[in-house]
Amino acid sequence: MAKGSIVAGCLAPHPPHLVYAENPPQNEPTSEGGWEQLRWGYERLRESLSKIDHDVLVILSPHWQTYVGTHFLGLSNFEGLSVDPVFPNLFRYSYNLDVDVELSKAIHDKAADAGLAVKMMENPDFRVDYGTITTGHMVNPAFDKPLVVISSNRSRHYYSVEVMQEMMMELGRVTRDAIHESGKKAVVLASNSLSHRHFTTESDVPEDMSKEHIASHAMHLWDMRIIDYMRTGQAQRIIDEMPEFTEQAIAESDGGGLTWLLSTLSVPSYPATLHGYGTIIGTGNAIVEWPCYLHEEV
Amino acid sequence: MANPILASYVVPVHPHPLLVPDQNEGWQRLRDAFDEAREYIAESGADLLIIYSTTWPSIIGHQIQADPNPTWTLVDQDFHELGSMDYSFRIDADFAHAWNEANHARGLQSRTVAYHGFPIDVGSVVALKLLNPDNAIPAVIVSSNVYANRAETTVLAKACLDVLKSSGKKAVAVTAMSMSNRMFTEFIDASDDKIHSLKDDEWNRKVLEFLEEGRLEDVAQLSRTIHQQIRVQKVVTFKPMWWLSAMNDNRNDLTGRVLAYEALHGAGGAVVHLDPTSNGQGDKEYDEDDVDVYHGERNVLDADGSEMEQSPPSSENGPALWNPAEGEDAVNTDAAPKPVGLYPHARRVGDLLYLSGVGPRQPGTNAIPGGPIRDGEGEPLEYDIKAQTRAVVENISRILEEAGSSMEKVVDVTSFLVDMDRDFVGYNEVWAETLGHYGPTRTTLAIRALPTPIAVEMKVIAKI
Ligand SMILES: [Fe+2]
Repeated sequence: MAKGSIVAGCLAPHPPHLVYAENPPQNEPTSEGGWEQLRWGYERLRESLSKIDHDVLVILSPHWQTYVGTHFLGLSNFEGLSVDPVFPNLFRYSYNLDVDVELSKAIHDKAADAGLAVKMMENPDFRVDYGTITTGHMVNPAFDKPLVVISSNRSRHYYSVEVMQEMMMELGRVTRDAIHESGKKAVVLASNSLSHRHFTTESDVPEDMSKEHIASHAMHLWDMRIIDYMRTGQAQRIIDEMPEFTEQAIAESDGGGLTWLLSTLSVPSYPATLHGYGTIIGTGNAIVEWPCYLHEEV
Repeated sequence: MANPILASYVVPVHPHPLLVPDQNEGWQRLRDAFDEAREYIAESGADLLIIYSTTWPSIIGHQIQADPNPTWTLVDQDFHELGSMDYSFRIDADFAHAWNEANHARGLQSRTVAYHGFPIDVGSVVALKLLNPDNAIPAVIVSSNVYANRAETTVLAKACLDVLKSSGKKAVAVTAMSMSNRMFTEFIDASDDKIHSLKDDEWNRKVLEFLEEGRLEDVAQLSRTIHQQIRVQKVVTFKPMWWLSAMNDNRNDLTGRVLAYEALHGAGGAVVHLDPTSNGQGDKEYDEDDVDVYHGERNVLDADGSEMEQSPPSSENGPALWNPAEGEDAVNTDAAPKPVGLYPHARRVGDLLYLSGVGPRQPGTNAIPGGPIRDGEGEPLEYDIKAQTRAVVENISRILEEAGSSMEKVVDVTSFLVDMDRDFVGYNEVWAETLGHYGPTRTTLAIRALPTPIAVEMKVIAKI
């Protein structure tokens, strides 16, 4: 069997606003658009990924929150209605997605061997989290490639950002190993925003772009700093500054996704492509791709 | 009117007592406690069950469930192997909408949600399935706003009480929450469950001791401390206690009973009963504000800073000024000084006109003729009581005019002086030259202070 590979790594945030703004048939509410900068960013990401041959998408979403270990979707298909509990007015999405259980199990087993607490999720009534659905839709609206879905262990809340990073570095390493051994070509996706201070009010027309801006200047500075590290191949500095970033920018990287992503890519020292940046209800969101296939042996 | 809360409960949020009580004796004891609470609630005569759930976080203010019959199957994100939870609840949607309106009236951001498939949170599902299995009592569920502080959470409760009182309904209030919320981060055998640490256990027992003594407001005031000591920082503060205490008029003399306290995968799970029967103790050191209206973060979408401009420090050392309150019978005029609170300048009742207390401050400039009685540091200043009194009378005359009345029609005046010994003579002189001339009845009182640095204020009733 040929050696598998990670062909691309992406930061692919999941605000349901982006799906809402697109008016896809799967989503009940309708809009007059909005958040175009980010949606055009996703267009560029989709375009870019369409040129890279891949078999599977591996996602870590901060909205499948597990406090006891890291969990993996463990059945081959999930179908249902995803309603965002925070923005139910924007996101009520009918999903039908396939899971690459074989690869999920392989990552699970390697993580267990490495000493992480892990569990396969095999309850057919389980509702897939809206972060996974949103990122899944924005990257591949047809859902015609299988997913591996990994929960977000909340070790940052239980211990510290440092402990979270240690666990996520390990989980990233075993994810990478399992993909290599699988013989498959994978795109890995961290589904999180950057700075994460929300507005606490919503305008009557949620897509009214005259109301959209970053929550504060400090948040903007943090986002630009992290994006700069990404674009200049300094991923290690993101890891190093993660505790300050996560605390001061209340960043959604607290869920571990970004650290895990950078670890699956062996903490890349090559530049990433920024496909888009924009704010959503005050939070900072970047769509970023590390084109691994250009830099690693495939 | 008497408080409409017949009983309150604290209940845990984990699904174990619902799905697998037989796997651990402690989980079974929690289940038994839920059953005991269920029987009490069924007999209580409650018209409504109100759930405040910490496992339903929200961002855009508080959310209130308003789907009359939410139906779905819930699977816990962590404990999915324990089974699925089918639910079909009866929600009092009218109450939910009324509560939402009442929140807005008190300055709170909130909204109702009524969507097919809305994911009702595990804490609410466990509570409603165990406490109200046949939907005998309609329920209402409110989220825990991650950004809400004590003021917001207190006002949320007061808005709820407003609706209960106006609808004449009696209710049971439930907070779905953990005590200490630190779980084991590893998988454990059911039989090995215990509280995560001795420290968590000791704090839990202390909190439960307070609750057993009915000292709910004391627990609410310790909320931040408890949170720092025994809570993983996933929900901001131990805030359900703020809500529950406000629902019970912030009392410390309730009757409390801990029906069970056990570990749930390391977290502290307790079923606590509180009822309004006074235990006769009732001592309370009330050192936090009793907030009625929320004036916090507003209009954050509009970054033009207009809110800052609205409340300039208009008097050197006085309170902020308000636009006069609007209302059907209200009389307001730009020719009189702005109020220092939410009230109109005057109000019509039949052919009578009731004025709010009038001081000497000048409309527009807010200056005090005769000078303020103290400076910004609170140091006393020399002032002219006659000039102040004259300014009061002029302000009164302007408000009367605006309402279509006049000085001749004044019926009764109550005057307040902050220094009777010093000022009565000067005040009395001006009175005789002005209002006294028209012959209204009058009462003069010495009081300790007025809200702005003035020496005299008058309360007037006039005919129109
Ligand atoms: Fe999110």
